[in-house]
Amino acid sequence: MSTVQFSFDGVTYHGNKGEPLSAALLRNDIKVVTESSYLFRPRGVFGLGYEEPNALVQIVSGSGEPMVPATKIELVEGLVVKSLAGVGDLPISPDKARYDKTFKHVDLLIVGAGEAGLLALKKEYKKNKSIIILDDKPNVGGYKNELNEKIPQELLKNLSTDNVIQLQRTTAIGLYDQNYVVAVERRSDHLSSEIIPNFARMRTWHIRAKKIILATGAFQRLIVFPNNDRPGIMLSHAAATYLDKYRVGTFTNCVVFTVDDSGYKDALRIQDTGTNVKAIIDIRQKVSGPLVDQVKKKGIQIITGSCVTNTNSDASGAISSLFVTKSDLKGNINGETNEIICDLLAISGGWTPTVHLATYLNIKPIWNQNTASFNLTKLPKNIEAVGYVKGDFDKSTNPPAVFFGLIPEGEDAKVSFVDLQRDANIRDLRRAVGAGLTSIEHVKRYTTIGTDHDQGKTSGTTTIGLLAQLINKAPGEVGTLTFRPPYIGVPFSALAGRDLGILSDPIRTTSLHNLHLNAKAPMEDVGQWKRPWYFPLEKENMHDAVIRECRAARNDVAAMDASTLGKIDIQGPDAGIFLDRIYTNMFSTLKVGSSRYGLMCGVDGMVFDDGVTTRIAEDRFLMTTTTGGAAKVLDWLEEWLQTEWPELDVYCTSVTEHWSTVAIVGPKARALMAKLSPDLDVSNEAFPFMENRYANVANIPARIARISFSGELAYEINVEAWFGSHIWQEVFSQGKEFGITAYGTETMHVLRAEKGFVIVGQETDGTQTPMDLDMDWIVSKKKDFIGKRSFARTDTSRTDRHQLVGLLPVHNQDLLPEGSYVTKDEETIEDSVSKHIGYVTSSYYSDALARTFALSLVVNGKSLIGKFVSIPVGDKIIKAEIVNSVLFDKENRRRDG
Amino acid sequence: MLLINCPWCGPRDETEFHYGSEAHIAYPEKPEELNDEQWAEYIFIRNNPKGWYAERWVHTASCRRWFNVWRNTINHEFGPSYKPFTKQPSRPK
Ligand SMILES: [Zn+2]
Repeated sequence: MSTVQFSFDGVTYHGNKGEPLSAALLRNDIKVVTESSYLFRPRGVFGLGYEEPNALVQIVSGSGEPMVPATKIELVEGLVVKSLAGVGDLPISPDKARYDKTFKHVDLLIVGAGEAGLLALKKEYKKNKSIIILDDKPNVGGYKNELNEKIPQELLKNLSTDNVIQLQRTTAIGLYDQNYVVAVERRSDHLSSEIIPNFARMRTWHIRAKKIILATGAFQRLIVFPNNDRPGIMLSHAAATYLDKYRVGTFTNCVVFTVDDSGYKDALRIQDTGTNVKAIIDIRQKVSGPLVDQVKKKGIQIITGSCVTNTNSDASGAISSLFVTKSDLKGNINGETNEIICDLLAISGGWTPTVHLATYLNIKPIWNQNTASFNLTKLPKNIEAVGYVKGDFDKSTNPPAVFFGLIPEGEDAKVSFVDLQRDANIRDLRRAVGAGLTSIEHVKRYTTIGTDHDQGKTSGTTTIGLLAQLINKAPGEVGTLTFRPPYIGVPFSALAGRDLGILSDPIRTTSLHNLHLNAKAPMEDVGQWKRPWYFPLEKENMHDAVIRECRAARNDVAAMDASTLGKIDIQGPDAGIFLDRIYTNMFSTLKVGSSRYGLMCGVDGMVFDDGVTTRIAEDRFLMTTTTGGAAKVLDWLEEWLQTEWPELDVYCTSVTEHWSTVAIVGPKARALMAKLSPDLDVSNEAFPFMENRYANVANIPARIARISFSGELAYEINVEAWFGSHIWQEVFSQGKEFGITAYGTETMHVLRAEKGFVIVGQETDGTQTPMDLDMDWIVSKKKDFIGKRSFARTDTSRTDRHQLVGLLPVHNQDLLPEGSYVTKDEETIEDSVSKHIGYVTSSYYSDALARTFALSLVVNGKSLIGKFVSIPVGDKIIKAEIVNSVLFDKENRRRDG
Repeated sequence: MLLINCPWCGPRDETEFHYGSEAHIAYPEKPEELNDEQWAEYIFIRNNPKGWYAERWVHTASCRRWFNVWRNTINHEFGPSYKPFTKQPSRPK
């Protein structure tokens, strides 16, 4: 055993490498580790593992980590920690350590490598090909190891075989449906206080197991009495282990307060280390058996049928003496009170099985009066429990008492703690019951008991027992708390693994992306896509850039990258019939080589997606969808093909990434198109609107479509994605003489909004019919299609539905914020309240109109055209006139050039 | 995370799938002949049983196939998965 140096609250101490920090603190006589979170009472080490409610520290060295129980930190050279009172500080600088995750499918997962887990491994070893056994301690053996008992070799031999993965320092933090376990392995904090480069500090294991064996053991619990929280009051197993296994010394005079035989075992261990055990206070009236005899032989006084009724402290706040009085199992105190001087009070309040994982699956532990515990005795198939968690405790001569503590009134209630971490006490519990709460879940929320980092590991069953007593029920009738994952505090970095920064979410870029970056275009996120937002010239702001881009599109020629639109290749002899059913308008009559704008609705008749679809061949269509809706539309098409119309011979494939699309837009687009593609007859007669031609563009085979989302004459050049950059560069070099200008999504929005073209998801939110959007013309009367029947519902034929209209602010430079309420024509904010009749969906400054404008959904809007409305913005009212949604070139004179 | 058995691919994590609500709700043959109430029944009304439920999933991130499966809504236990237009396996016990 080597000695290492560590720092606690700025003071340097020494301890043994690998021992728990809590042991080193005790050996250095640090009994008061911190203050409690709410009442600022001195608190010290209470437990031995993750049950620790008091001794939380912040790790300062290495990656830094807030709120770690000192009991779970293995001492290592150079460790720097500071105490904290329940609230940690997140390190401000990014964590330089590496984190990993891994996925495993196994036949068997054993959670816990204590004696029960090891026995299970021995039994199951031959029956399972792949096994993981994980355990949150540095070594196997669990409780027995802490008792310094030797683990038989026959239980260890299977650990080092090929089909067993043994994970130590690994905690199962969640158990989910179909035997899915998430576990976190701590890999380097015990090796170095510094970050180890290129080595994962933690690894998250995602495990699916055909069978799970829970061998998670049990924690000792506290007993409630006034001033039961002082430093020097500890769980008896923890106290005995610190003294016996870790040889911390520290304590001179000990008293054990017990409800079971464990207190006797621990008393003997403590006595053997040289700490004087002055008495065992046992709530039970009569005890006997070999353990009791041994205790008597050692000369330790046994005070039966009695309870600790209060404690005193020294100047530091640590326990200096306790008071003991006769008590029955209901906590009725009777008789004279005696004071015993001590600096250690070891509490054996009974064992609480670690049932957390099972409760995540809504499995209810069952109360057993004989073991005084909630045990996992009823489990679904493929999950088993073994050992303490099942209630199979070590054989004892005297059954444990069902006793959880005193329920005092008045001032004593305030210092009788139920949940040490939450500073929740008997007064809180009494109040909850006084407020009429009887459900443990309600009491938990009212008192916060069991809600902190420790999830009430030492207090849960105690709370249930005391609540039961207060409302005259049995603990089994009250039932257990539902715990929530994670079982312990876990850094987000451990869960994220390497999925950080650029790897945190997929990013989709078009083949032109680097060119856009070179042009210094700010990017807009559209779903996972990055799209250029606008293309600023030197020192130009967004407003000026958008005006310049709009002007180029309306007066000369401008180009945009339209590659992100979803594209679905739809093939098969029945493709036309299929699209007739999907879209509200006809597609089976579409000529090969032609395109048509289509709208699709859900069965409820609400607009779902839109886009232009082109008939490539008799039995082949290329559908475009909104950029964000592509995946959803493909699912939708497959749903109808597979589940409703399997007789249709149609196949769909996503080809979004296969094609790059460059749109050239504006009065001079025709001249540029002719220059780019000398063999193509670009005249309106030879190549009319909504038609497609195949031709070489800058020597690359392309499909050119006369499609316009701006109202201008436009050509969309579609080439294989490989050639996207080439086409874009050619468009710009050859378009120079026409004043070619790049434009982004913002200008696209202005241009389309001027024309009253809707964006699904901006003008719609799933509650608009085509008629609401003033698109009656697109709804076929001749055929059935998805959603048609819904247009005849009373709800969709209401006249007071929200309808798409334009808004022109009276002051033509007032820009309405998108999302603003539209209210009836009122003069003041006060008057407009509760009179909203709609909302603004899109709002821009229009260069073409030399004013601001907006699109809006307004109740019965179409009948209000010409009327005025008020839009409250901040503390002002902006007045606007309701107009038709098409504000520019109503006659579509511009689209043919 | 659920482990869902795709009848084509085998058991896969839930993240690969999209949910498709109750199974065996057929598109009405003649929607125009239904009254509003019947049509609303088709669009909006689904069973919400406590216990076994036949529901649809689509294996979006893989084979893109729709299928049906029995699931127990109490504990998320899965019964058999089955392809559309095949005989529905009997309700699990
Ligand atoms: Zn599949």
